[in-house]
Amino acid sequence: MGSNMAECHPVGFQWVVEAQARGATVFHVDPRFTRTSALADHYVPLRAGSDIAFLGGVVNYILSGDHDFRDYVLAYTNASHVIVDGVALPDDLDGVFSGFDESTRSYDHATWQYGGEDVDIVSAAGRRERVVAEADRVEEGGQAFEGVSIEKGGRIEKDPTLQHPRCVYQLLKRHYARYTPELVADACGVSVEQFRELAQALCDNSGRDRTSVIVYSVGWTQHTTGVQCIRAASIIQLLLGNMGRPGGGILALRGHASIQGSTDIPTLYDLLPGYLPMPSVGRHDTLDSYEQRTSSRKGFWANSRAYMVSLLKAWWGDAATPDNDFCFGYLPRISGDHSAYRTAIDMLDRKVRGYILLGQNPAVGSANSRLHRLALAHLDWLVVRDLTMIESATFWLDGPEIDSGELRPEDIATEVFFLPAAAHVEKDGTFTNTQRVVQWHAKAVEPKGDCRSDLWFTYHLGRRVRAKLAGAGRERDRPVLDLTWEYPMTGLHNEVDAAAVLQEINGWGPQRRPLNGFAELRADGSTACGCWIYSGCYAGGQNATARRVPGSQQSLVAPEWAWAWPANRRILYNRASADPQGRPWSQRKAYVWWDDEAQAWTGHDVPDFPPHLAPDAVPPADAVGVEALAGDDAFIMQADGKGWLWAPAGLVDGPLPTHYEPHESPVRNPVQRRQSSPFREQLPHEHNPTNDASYPFVATTYRVAEHHTAGGMSRHQRRLSELAREMFVEVHPELAALRGLEHGGWATVSSSRSTIEARVLVTERMQPVTVDGRRVHQVGLPYHWGPNGTAPGDAANDLFAIVLDPNVHIQEVKSATCDVTPGRRPRGRKDPG
Amino acid sequence: MDLGKRVAAWPVLRQLRTGDRLGLGEAVKSDSSAALRPRTEDADAVVDSICPFCAVGCAQRIFVKDDEILHIEGDPASPISRGRLCPRGSSTKDLVTSDRREYTVRYRRPGAAEWENLDLDTAMDMIADRIIATRDDTWQELDENRHRVNRTLGFGTLGGAALDNEENYLIKKLFTALGAVQIENQARI
Amino acid sequence: MTESPLSPDGGPAPGTQGVRFGFFTDTSICIGCEACEVACKEWNGVPDNPVGFSGLSYDNTLDLGANAWRHVAFVERPAADGEPFAWLMASDVCKHCTSAACLEVCPTGAIFGTEFGTVVVQDDVCNGCGYCVTACPYGVIERRASDGGAWKCTLCYDRFKGGQQPACAQACPTDSIQFGPLDELRARAADRAEEVVAAGHPRAQLYGHDPDDGVGGNGAFFLLLDDPEVYGLPPDPVTPTRQIAQMWRTAGVAALAAAVAIVGAVFGDRR
Repeated sequence: MGSNMAECHPVGFQWVVEAQARGATVFHVDPRFTRTSALADHYVPLRAGSDIAFLGGVVNYILSGDHDFRDYVLAYTNASHVIVDGVALPDDLDGVFSGFDESTRSYDHATWQYGGEDVDIVSAAGRRERVVAEADRVEEGGQAFEGVSIEKGGRIEKDPTLQHPRCVYQLLKRHYARYTPELVADACGVSVEQFRELAQALCDNSGRDRTSVIVYSVGWTQHTTGVQCIRAASIIQLLLGNMGRPGGGILALRGHASIQGSTDIPTLYDLLPGYLPMPSVGRHDTLDSYEQRTSSRKGFWANSRAYMVSLLKAWWGDAATPDNDFCFGYLPRISGDHSAYRTAIDMLDRKVRGYILLGQNPAVGSANSRLHRLALAHLDWLVVRDLTMIESATFWLDGPEIDSGELRPEDIATEVFFLPAAAHVEKDGTFTNTQRVVQWHAKAVEPKGDCRSDLWFTYHLGRRVRAKLAGAGRERDRPVLDLTWEYPMTGLHNEVDAAAVLQEINGWGPQRRPLNGFAELRADGSTACGCWIYSGCYAGGQNATARRVPGSQQSLVAPEWAWAWPANRRILYNRASADPQGRPWSQRKAYVWWDDEAQAWTGHDVPDFPPHLAPDAVPPADAVGVEALAGDDAFIMQADGKGWLWAPAGLVDGPLPTHYEPHESPVRNPVQRRQSSPFREQLPHEHNPTNDASYPFVATTYRVAEHHTAGGMSRHQRRLSELAREMFVEVHPELAALRGLEHGGWATVSSSRSTIEARVLVTERMQPVTVDGRRVHQVGLPYHWGPNGTAPGDAANDLFAIVLDPNVHIQEVKSATCDVTPGRRPRGRKDPG
Repeated sequence: MDLGKRVAAWPVLRQLRTGDRLGLGEAVKSDSSAALRPRTEDADAVVDSICPFCAVGCAQRIFVKDDEILHIEGDPASPISRGRLCPRGSSTKDLVTSDRREYTVRYRRPGAAEWENLDLDTAMDMIADRIIATRDDTWQELDENRHRVNRTLGFGTLGGAALDNEENYLIKKLFTALGAVQIENQARI
Repeated sequence: MTESPLSPDGGPAPGTQGVRFGFFTDTSICIGCEACEVACKEWNGVPDNPVGFSGLSYDNTLDLGANAWRHVAFVERPAADGEPFAWLMASDVCKHCTSAACLEVCPTGAIFGTEFGTVVVQDDVCNGCGYCVTACPYGVIERRASDGGAWKCTLCYDRFKGGQQPACAQACPTDSIQFGPLDELRARAADRAEEVVAAGHPRAQLYGHDPDDGVGGNGAFFLLLDDPEVYGLPPDPVTPTRQIAQMWRTAGVAALAAAVAIVGAVFGDRR
């Protein structure tokens, strides 16, 4: 659901096909009948943007039929936890949970907390606060991982009978009671029978001997309720006992070679390596205040100071001492949203003057790509590093706005540097795949001409900047001058030795002895580590990411193929693959278990648990950190050791998923009165308008197997361009008839943002749905195309507004509104200005 | 070719000798067909790599000859991909050897309607100067509430998610030390 | 033979000459990703031949030919007779017929039957006469405009020599394209066909597997989910030269006998 795996991850899909051969049943729930649907055992069409209504229906089906895996739920989830008096659900409060402040459109989490004595829990997913930064604008205080603790070490009120009206189990039951199969049918445009078939299959496949897996991709994340879609899946998987077990879990199929790595070792404004939060203005003035707000009392987040100090030592070396807070003050402070979309708006407002694009192409690839082109035209300088001449480098030369005459090159003051990049075969380094496996790729040939790696670019840029700033004696330059910036050089072009960088990421102790894992990290400055969760990838001075023991010579878990974070563990939370007593739930599903004789956890994978913590262990009341974990606290990164059916903290937009319509929807919310999420992040701007009701159809974007993302890596090459050369729009025959669209002809697709053209593919695969008695048509738009390359075409992202999920600032491009008319889009020059 | 071989190559004799009486098989095999081998056997090196497209992380073998890419295909050793590659992965050689790749630095002056060439060293120096100037112009030591921020909001970076971990690491390290906070990635997009 | 006829790389093992190898393309697990088309073109250096947007579902290759040695057909089959809408995909390829018309009509010996039981065009011999093009009952082989030669799938004859499997079969993500000794493939396919019919595809059928069909069976055969016509495949292909070949056989033996007599007379003392 939310994934077109066969097209977007074809090689991964081999395992689905293999599972089918072994008897698995595959359901594909998607607005479009895709190549994944073609191979699924059951295809369930649903209206784009109605996922939470559907998933909420599954939760209701499980609970109303008592289908949950009770032994698992009681032991490993917070089902029995009682929420404080004062908690209220959207049914009670007209579409929002308790704690809602209409004026700021934000929540106070106090009434989501666990009851009991001295409990104040914050989430591993972060405390988030809204900061009203300007009178007319609400910004996100989006620092992730802000604290993870039952800070006061209190006792949580629990009811193991699950009868207390405010226990999580009963709240879930009450909240989802209205998500009946009939409501799902109406909200999602599916049949009651199809829905029941799917829900029953999930229930039948739950228990000691059976599991189900849920696969999603950006079909879930690219909504204003994206995070809550995934939350809904995690509720289902916890209720059915599918987390931490082989053949279970929620698989996020990420879209790019190292998109997982880009979050682990983030180039994201709100994170430092290993999901440590970037310090915030006023909240993290000192290392102590940072630790207070980021570390937990229980579990592995208790050591966050060690992780942070080791990072500071990796960056500032000898300059980082206990006396200067290990240079903690060198880190810049964030305040509110500094994400890429906010940054684009700030370019238009001339607040941001320079920009460096490292293999990214917002002029085609970001929502409202027209706005991004206009934003780039407002910069003083722009650096573009890529393999080919992408649209973000040529917007001033021949972009759509130049073609239309809206902009003229002479009026665009942006200075543009295009630096050709090295391809992956021209450099050493690691990618982290969607399963957290960190895999080394070795350089095969030297890059030609001026092509260089981004490692080369960053290192030598840093070297030059440091040389230019040296000697100025300014306080503000100390962080960059004190930076550890000495790396061994290799190759023809003075390339940084990537292995040396990986060793710094792995970390070292005294005498630069490589660390074996994050358990060795210390807060006293004796260890340095660039990313704590990657510690161990270079244990013993050996590059474990380069291991290539063939799969045929290993167990199915294949632990000697490359290296997975953390600690080479392939399934997270795998303590839950054993029952509370530490025995496999069933022999068929045995994965990790307690060996009584050895008094240790063992199994096919690296146990995700303290190795000698017995299943029946009860921690002393005053224990902290890892010692505070009980033998059945399978979810060791959570502050209470339990999987969260209910999120007592951590999310901006509610403790449970509740259905809101997309920002733009032709449908009235069939579940509750509040139409769209009041928490969605809008960036009001003249170039970012919202469609009015005159755009009657649902527009959704996607990929096809033949291209990659916004086309920068596929539209410029002949093989893939041959297979899918022209931009097309997919419509159902009914919509084609309604609008007079001719199969194979041209259509113009429009929104209040922009107008594009595409070839028409009339197909029954693009199904309309009937909601509230109305026929709702959906328009399918692959987003691979842009004006440059061997296979040029208009960019679907031009049509979409920038409106974001408030937790993670991801755009809603899976469901918006549009209109479609026959023929090509208007051409000809407008008057500049 | 000596006489014996020449005679042995005489088609009729080959038909007879090979038992291929209709001249449909061995008898008509040309010298080049007989000598044919997979061209990958000529590779100077076979380099272990990983596909740069999606996040499945399929293993690739890069065949190199005379410092050029000879061929790229899946590595059957991988327990993740078992040697298989999708159309994108199978096109990897086309990606890295495409005639549309750029090999030289290009520079566009403000207001210009054309690219110019620029020396890489000069370009790097100019970029360093731009960063320093923008940083100085937009430096914030304290915010409006007198809280220490030590930052610039004057420039940012946006990286693609095909960056190596090592690259992301140095990007984050350098630009954070420079006080930039708008360090972003496709991971959000 | 007790040892596997397959090498560790999945191609013919050394010393397996005489074993007939081929493809079993199981279209019931084809995801239509077109990896086979790209992998084939990359390995064999087949030129691109863009046709633009065809409007035929996701098929922008259209047909097998000189510049497309693998071709994925996409068939959007409307719901009918209680069966739901289906999107059928199948990767087509040269059939490497037992009784290969292209080979039989080739006047220059450019096309030959290999030691692996496959049918290969030798571009160094082909004079571009095009007899093979009209002879092929499947419309597979075609002359390439740029060089005039006839081209088609070689089943990666060069890779065989190194013990490697064909590029398309290696790439195929779901193992829809299976390579191996033909007798093994046929046995596997028969079982699979039964499974697929039982799983709710009443018209699922093998295509090209039967040694008694009009082309003597194919070295590359298919499991289809519907009738061959639905995929654009001829339902009952026949080698046009079948009878002619019989005549030639008699004539050829006589001619050879004469040739041997001559050779023996000239070079007899050398033997």
